[in-house]
Amino acid sequence: MEENRYENKESGTGTPSGSAFLSFFITFFFMFATWIILSGKFDPLLLGLGLFSSALVAWFFHDLLFAGVSMKQAGVFVRFCRYMPWLVMEIIKANFHILYLVFHPRMLQLIDPHIIQFQTGLKSDIAITTLANAITLTPGTVTITATSEGGFRVHAIDRPSAESLPGAMRDRVAHVYGEKI
Amino acid sequence: MHILINIAAIFFLVMGLVFFLGGAVGIIRMPDFYSRLHPAGKLDTLGIFAMVTGLVIFNLHHFSLETLLLSIKMFLIVFFVFLASPTATHSIVDAGMRAGLRPWTQKKKKE
Repeated sequence: MEENRYENKESGTGTPSGSAFLSFFITFFFMFATWIILSGKFDPLLLGLGLFSSALVAWFFHDLLFAGVSMKQAGVFVRFCRYMPWLVMEIIKANFHILYLVFHPRMLQLIDPHIIQFQTGLKSDIAITTLANAITLTPGTVTITATSEGGFRVHAIDRPSAESLPGAMRDRVAHVYGEKI
Repeated sequence: MHILINIAAIFFLVMGLVFFLGGAVGIIRMPDFYSRLHPAGKLDTLGIFAMVTGLVIFNLHHFSLETLLLSIKMFLIVFFVFLASPTATHSIVDAGMRAGLRPWTQKKKKE
């Protein structure tokens, strides 16, 4: 990650490479889309000011927000969009489970909080972060620590929530970022 | 047509209210710090998602560019809550672990 950023800085000072232009363009697109959504006015003057300021911000900060993007990562984006609906479905299913637990009269017998540890084979920081966030968003499990080597400690509220853990979710995240386990 | 939109909006708003109620009841009923975070951090996230969906459906009654932009702004709120909520939950749990608080377990209770 660090090396990647350094390389990008290097190429940014010389002639603009394709990667630097792409990150400039993506940053500009997000800035201008945010401008349009938040302003909601379509005068030529305001649109022109928006174009000018987003171009300025994108020029200054393109190597900060989307450092080291290339066309190869378009696949990651597409797979991430396909992964989101599955994650939302999991969140909704698991939320109903927690809701059932909370309103159950014998809740204290049903829950069984415990901590589980496991080693995922994930390598990149972004994959580990995505998995940690997905685990925390899925009710019944909260990530306590995630090391940069892919080791996880997770607090689970009951046995059924913990059983499914390193399996399907890890495989999905690994598939999104194209990692072999 | 209008009555269908109203029914959908009311359905999502009531669903959000049930999730928020579940979160509040869960915070009171759960036995310890760590297990309280489960309903607090996540039932609220889905609750805000359901409520904003209901409001967006209601808002799109009169479909125009302005209401569409307003709806997108509302979903931006949900997007940032979905980013911030797990991060906050994680940092609270991490702080508890660093301070050395032991989690409540089922075995301890049986003894």
